Amino acid sequence: MLTDESRNPMENGPTTPLESLRQRRFLISAWPWRSLGYLLTTALVAAAVGVPWLILGTPWLFALHRLTSGGFQPVESRLGVVLFGTLLGAVLIAVCGPLIGLPVAALERRRLRLISTRPVESGHARVREPGPWPWLRTRYTEAATWRAVGYTFLLVTAAPLLYGAVLLVPLLILTLLAAPFLVADGSGPFEIGRITIDSAASARWAALVGLLLFPLVPYLLALLAGAHGAVARLLLHRGADDRLRAELVEVAHSRARLVDAFESERRRIERDLHDGAQQRLVSLTLQLGLARLDLPAESPAAGPLATAHEQAKQAMVELREIIHGIHPQILTERGLPAALAELADRCPIPVTVQGDLSGRLPGHLEAATYFVVAEALTNAARHSAATGVRVDLARQDGQLTVRISDDGHGGADPAHGTGLTGLADRLAAVGGRMLLSSPPGGPTLLQVELPCPR
Amino acid sequence: MSPVTRVVLAEDGVLLREGLVGLLDRFGFTVVAAVGDADALVAAAAEQQPDLVVTDVRMPPDFTDEGLRAAVRLRHDRPELAVVVLSQYVRPGYAAELLESGDGQRVGYLLKDRVVDVAEFAAVLHQVVAGGTVVDPEVVRHLLRRRRDPLARLSVRERDVLALIAEGRSNASIARALVVSEAAVGKHVGSILAKLDLPPTEDTNRRVLAVLAYLGSGAGSSAD
Repeated sequence: MLTDESRNPMENGPTTPLESLRQRRFLISAWPWRSLGYLLTTALVAAAVGVPWLILGTPWLFALHRLTSGGFQPVESRLGVVLFGTLLGAVLIAVCGPLIGLPVAALERRRLRLISTRPVESGHARVREPGPWPWLRTRYTEAATWRAVGYTFLLVTAAPLLYGAVLLVPLLILTLLAAPFLVADGSGPFEIGRITIDSAASARWAALVGLLLFPLVPYLLALLAGAHGAVARLLLHRGADDRLRAELVEVAHSRARLVDAFESERRRIERDLHDGAQQRLVSLTLQLGLARLDLPAESPAAGPLATAHEQAKQAMVELREIIHGIHPQILTERGLPAALAELADRCPIPVTVQGDLSGRLPGHLEAATYFVVAEALTNAARHSAATGVRVDLARQDGQLTVRISDDGHGGADPAHGTGLTGLADRLAAVGGRMLLSSPPGGPTLLQVELPCPR
Repeated sequence: MSPVTRVVLAEDGVLLREGLVGLLDRFGFTVVAAVGDADALVAAAAEQQPDLVVTDVRMPPDFTDEGLRAAVRLRHDRPELAVVVLSQYVRPGYAAELLESGDGQRVGYLLKDRVVDVAEFAAVLHQVVAGGTVVDPEVVRHLLRRRRDPLARLSVRERDVLALIAEGRSNASIARALVVSEAAVGKHVGSILAKLDLPPTEDTNRRVLAVLAYLGSGAGSSAD
């Protein structure tokens, strides 16, 4: 959902207190009241958040205290305590900050509707997996969370100072207005700055000034609420980059899902063929074989039956190859190293497979890697005139790297329909990439890199 | 071999199971039980005490290697039980495990597709029941294709001989197959055993040990 940021705010009325200030009807609009409501609730929220935040900030306050007190002792003697306090405070805030910041941000986004007619949306990514760990991992690693922590920090530090400074003026005006009553109830003279109000006359003057200045109050309220709202929107509303990143993640996820679906579909087809057509064909061939036994050799049917038997055997071999091409059984059952060893065996040129992959990889990675190696070996055998191929597997830092190198005459070009292009697409869909170096004269090196979480 | 060979058959595909029952009947075996999973196989073998078990490797519930596991377990309990395992694809490790079970005799490891050559398949069954050891030639070829083969020290002729030994043949049969004298085969066998560092002892079947070394070399280099 896109918000149209570019439209003229004056067309459909102001969207924030700051915009409403420029309207002639400002004083009789709802904006002053909305601003007032916002400011009052801010005070409540800040007070409520202040308590846990103060607890988190204690080590810092303590460090500050140690740094500034202590008279004429050299600072060095207190440095250890100060450093420790600072570090502890930082750790506390890093660990617990989001736990306070996230609910505060959610509340503040709702509260922002008081003074904003534009929608406010969170910049948080959706957590796709259930359970606390994925949630924590997602939340603690996204910018929106730390912006929320920053906002919370401002809410309990900068906001009270700013509010205090700005709200002094309305307080002064209200005091001026109240001057006649304050003097009348006999509490005697009082001072505002350098002006002393001690008589009914001066109190009337003060009230008059207060009355003249009174229209300033709504403006100030709207100004303050507008400024706060702008900061809140800046920090808590999702930015364009957040949205883009969320969408990219979304797209990557959907592509990965597609590849997964594709992979499981292939496995299903493999299983269906294996459990259905293949079994039937083997059994048919067996029956033909049995029929041949009991048919005298001179029978006219013997020849055709023998042919049928041979053809059925041929069909069995072909179907097995087809099933193997769809999804090798050995890959499903025994994983990548075994399947690659088997590929190496089937290759007409000598292949060495090196590398240790402990444990099974996710199915789509195994399949992607397997088919890349299969294609590379086919190409090497068919076009390169190589005398040997090496396949190296390495898995570290969350990446699986597969290098396929041969000593052939090179000149492989993905553009010439070697089937590599399709494989590169397939790899891209699971977040991997393929690098090819094949100068004329060789050697050819194909490197595949796949993200491979532990 | 008893006049009647009693067989328990385990194969999850109904059609193929029926076909195999027909084949076994046709060649004079008595099928006492035909089952569809490994647990039923173990139960039937315990109940029927057959002379021969023929089983598929991949069976319900997990479709991994239940059939092989069951066969190895049965051999462990009754080393004299003849077992023929049918495998979807070549896996030397399976053959090695089978050969290591019991005394390494009366076992067969064949590709499943071999059953369609009915006469040859039946011959293999009889051979295994008679005490032979049969490993699918494809397994042997598969091992010979490996470049980092510790058996590389063997000459081409010796490898041919070893491949035939792995098929469970006698020296006389090997001599006929290679068209050489039986003495020459004996010399080859001695040379193979020497090269594979298998000292002559009274109580081990050195021929099976040679086959095992041979299969183990393949099994060791694949991720078993």
